[in-house]
Formats: sequence, C-alpha cells, structure tokens
Amino acid sequence: MDYHAFAEFARSWGVVYLMVLFLAGCAYAFWPRNQAKFDRAARMPLDEDQG
Amino acid sequence: MPHRVLIQVKAVDRAALHRRTLIFPATEGPMQPKTGEMLPQTDRFMVPAIFVGFLILGFYVATQTTDPLMGMQAWTFMAGVGMALIHLVRRYAEGIPADDKGAYANDVVKAGVIASMFWGIAGMLVGVIIALQLAFPNLFYFPDLPWTNFGRLRPLHTSAVIFAFGGNVLIATSFYVVQRTCHARLAGGLWGWFVFWGYQIFILVAGTGYLIGVTQSREYAEPEWYADLWLTLVWVAYLFVFLGTIWKRKEPHIYVANWFYLAFIVTIALLHIVNNLAVPVSWLGIKSYSAFAGVQDALTQWWYGHNAVGFFLTAGFLAIMYYFIPKQAQRPVYSYRLSIVHFWSLIFLYIWAGPHHLHYTALPVWAQTLGMTFSIMLWMPSWGGMINGLMTLSGAWDKLRTDPVLRMLVVSVAFYGMSTFEGPVMSIKAVNSLSHYTDWTIGHVHSGALGWVGFVSFGALYCLTPWLWRRERLYSHALVEWHFWVSTIGIVFYITAMWVSGIMQGLMWRAYNEFGFLEYSFVETVEAMHPYYIIRAFGGLLYLSGAFIMAYNLYRTVKGDVRAGEVVAGQPLPATA
Repeated sequence: MDYHAFAEFARSWGVVYLMVLFLAGCAYAFWPRNQAKFDRAARMPLDEDQG
Repeated sequence: MPHRVLIQVKAVDRAALHRRTLIFPATEGPMQPKTGEMLPQTDRFMVPAIFVGFLILGFYVATQTTDPLMGMQAWTFMAGVGMALIHLVRRYAEGIPADDKGAYANDVVKAGVIASMFWGIAGMLVGVIIALQLAFPNLFYFPDLPWTNFGRLRPLHTSAVIFAFGGNVLIATSFYVVQRTCHARLAGGLWGWFVFWGYQIFILVAGTGYLIGVTQSREYAEPEWYADLWLTLVWVAYLFVFLGTIWKRKEPHIYVANWFYLAFIVTIALLHIVNNLAVPVSWLGIKSYSAFAGVQDALTQWWYGHNAVGFFLTAGFLAIMYYFIPKQAQRPVYSYRLSIVHFWSLIFLYIWAGPHHLHYTALPVWAQTLGMTFSIMLWMPSWGGMINGLMTLSGAWDKLRTDPVLRMLVVSVAFYGMSTFEGPVMSIKAVNSLSHYTDWTIGHVHSGALGWVGFVSFGALYCLTPWLWRRERLYSHALVEWHFWVSTIGIVFYITAMWVSGIMQGLMWRAYNEFGFLEYSFVETVEAMHPYYIIRAFGGLLYLSGAFIMAYNLYRTVKGDVRAGEVVAGQPLPATA
C-alpha cells in the first residue's frame, strides 16, 4: 500500500469506522432495556460503603 | 425485571462482603476456593523477591559501569528499592497488619495521598523557581552548578507535577474508587504496594537523572531506556491490579469512572512503549537511540505527547470527576447515558489529535488537517463531560456556598470546559500560526493543569483524607476557603499574564515594517515579556502557597484535630465514614 492509497483509505473508511463506533456507543447508551441499569449505576458513588 | 434481579444480587453481595472480612486472613487457614477470587498468595514472596532481585541488579550495574552518570542512577535506584523493602519489612514485622484483613485495602491509598501532597509541593516549587529564572536570569545563575540550569529544572518541573503529583493522585484515587464501585478488595495483595513503591522509584530515578543531565530529549518522556523499562514493569503490574479488582467485582455493572481509569492505564501503557522504543548503546550506559527519525519521530512524539494530555491529564481525572463530584454533592450522575457517550467519543477522538502540534512542519498537510479536525470534534465530548459534571449538582447548588471542597471540584470542571474550549481554537491552523511557540501555549496548558487537574486533585485529596483516616471532618474549612481563593487568584494571574504575553509575542514576531523587514528583533520580544514573566511567577507563588495551606490542613486532619471555633454540628462535609 503506497502513501496515497493509505491516505485515501484513512480519509474514506476512517470516517465510516468512527461513525459506526459512535452509533454503536449511542445505541448502547440509549437502548431502552439498559435504562434501569444506568439509573442505578448513576447512584453508585452514593452507596454508603466507605469500608 | 432485570432491576429486581440486580437488587437481589446486591443483597447477597453485602453478605459476601461481610463474610470476606472473616475469610480474609486466609494465610492462617485453608483457603476458601468457593470465593474463587483469591489467587494463591504468591505476592507475599514474589514482590519482596523482585525488589531484592533488582537490588542485586542495581548493585551489579553500579559497580560494573564505567559511566559515572549510570553509577549515580544505579545507586539512586538502589536507595529507592531499599526504602521500599524497609517499608515492607517494617509493615509485616509484627504480623499481618489489620488493613490486610479489611474489606478494602486502604493503607496503600493513604500512602498515595501522602506521596501526592509531597510531590505536588516539590513540583510546584520547582515551577516557581524556573518561572523566576525566566523573569530574572541572573538571580539563579550558578555557572558551577549545572543542575540549577533552567534546561535541567524544566523537565523536573513538568515531570514532577504531571507524573509524580498527577500520577500519584490517579493511582491512589483509582485504587480507592475501583474497590468501592466493584465492592471488591484490591486484587493482588502486595502487588498494590509494588505499584506504589515502583512508581516512586521511577520518579526518584527520573527526577535525579534530569538534574545530573540524563535525558533522551523527548517531551514529557525524558527518562532514559532503563527507567522506561522499569516503568513498563510497574505499569503492567498496575494494569493487572486494576483489572484483577474489576474481575472479582461483586457489582455486575462496571461504573463509568472505572472505564475512564482503564482507558488511562491501557493507553498510557501503549503510548509509553511505542514512544520509548529505543536501542541502548550499552547495557551499562545511560545513552540510547530512538527507533524513529525525522518527521516520523516528530509525529510519534506528539502522538504520545498529546495523548499524555488526553489520557493521563484528562481521562484519568475525568474518572475522579465521575466519582468524587456525585459523592461529595450527594447527587447521582446527571446523565449516565451521556457519560457513556462521553467516554467512547472522547477516547476515540483524542488519539488522533496529536498532529496539531506539528502545523506548518514537514508533516503531510492532510495529517495536519486531520489533527486539527479531530481536535475541533473534541469540543463535543469535552463539553458533554463538563455539562455532565456540572449538572450533577442540580438540586444541590446551594452546597457550593457552604462546601469549599465541592466548590473546588466544580471550579475544576469549569476550568476543564474553558481549556478544552481554548485547545481546539488553538489547533486551528490560522490561530496556531499566531499562537504556536509563544507563551499562549504555556497559558493554555496551565489553565488546564492548575485549574482542572490541580483543583480536581485537591478536591479528591480533601475528600479522601477524612474518609481514609476516619475523621469526622477536615481540620479546617476556613483553610480550604483560603486555599481555594489564593490558588484561584494565582491561576488568574498566571493565565492572563501568559495570554497577553503570548499574543503580544506572536504579533511582534509577525510584524513587518513598510520596507518588508521584520519590525522587531527577537531580543526585543523577550524584553517586552519581562513584566508578564514577573506576574506569572507571582501567580505561581500564590498557587504554591495554596498547596502549603492544604498540606497543613491535611496534616492536622490526619492528626485528628479540629480547628478551634469551627462549628462541628451541622458541618457541610458529609461524614461518610
């Protein structure tokens, strides 16, 4: 793979790669079934558990 | 339905947690394989054996080398290893300490709090000295003492505040947070102490190395090959201790702060190894040659350098934000969903931003543009995270008035927002052509370092000290107020002086007269900056004074004192012991 092919690949597929990752992250964050888990997780530091 | 299951799991876990305090002196009885989480306790002899082995290796190098600098480095290394061994021997001289039997390992976190405070003051003190050296070059000029030279003290300052202070804060808080949010004791037993002492030994060798002139001249990665190898060993141990604790967690969900800590540990390992790939000239000498050359070397260095900012000074400290702000405000994280999007977008964007340090260089233009584009995109996760941190206070804004520790944490997030707004602006090529190589960069770095990293660390240390030493409250809230205001005013002096100085410097460099010649000679720009350098040194001195106030306050807190006249009843800091 020469320099130009590499640059071209980074410019095109790089965008697709990051977009897919972003959408996957959002899907996980907004998946309805995860909501209860996240609501509970948001309170995790508040557990009175100093030990 | 899943919610109910989680609650049941948790109820069982609480019982397990209490049981564990009974099980834990497992060295005295047969191990309980059912818990399935305790490795055979090889750490009890492995860690001291490794220290003894390196003591022998250090002695061999110290006596065999013909390089006097390597000799000094080896003796320093041995002194550090010796300190670690003495500490461990004294710790176990009278049997297993109570801390080893508790549900959580606290002593190693306590040691980290003390080390953070010590290195913080050392690093900031060197910062004030070199700021004065810049303002008054003759004041600290000793031709016969090369170790007082600015060129040697500057990496001592940067490494001491970033790696010694920041690194110890990150290790200590990560050990604290991962145990609480996983409901699991720190994995690996003595390996936690290996990480602590190994890291201090690295700092000792690196810092004294700079003073005697040992450097590989890579920004924020100045230590030579042997120190890099030692740090690699320590860092891998750190990764295993952290991962091991997550592995045996009693809590099904891995809390977002642990994701940020993990990203910090893993990425720093990767960056450290790649950036420091080098071939030593001899096994008994300090000198090595990098595997990279030319523009590839420049890009590697700034890929490392910017991600030291992104993953060391940002991701790691965001983990602190996500634990200590909700805890201190007694409010849940504003949006846990946002924290997930924040995490994944931050780590996937940051890694590409490094080329913005190489605008208008031999780096291909598309790579420069790529670095700029990713830097601008970083606005989104940075501000998303900032909003998440600040909005966690919704319903508790009144605490800002009464709780100076919480105020410190919140102002740190405000500084985070400010410097992550400024950074992308400066990465734009047109702006960078003015700002690059000027004091504007120094101002930007310090608004992030003093305002964000410093304040969030101070806030975490103010929280941790009463929690760990089981004190009702801090010695004095009034002193925290003093620290807060003295340091904030110090930061304002520092960054405004550097903005004015930097922009002036950039404009003077590019000013032409009517004949097309440069308007100013270089030394004229230096002369013009003199008053701002004095203001900067004054700001730094205020910031350092704040750190001294803090050290005194924490010391008295550990002693168990409460300042006379401060109300004990109705105190704003939650006594969450």
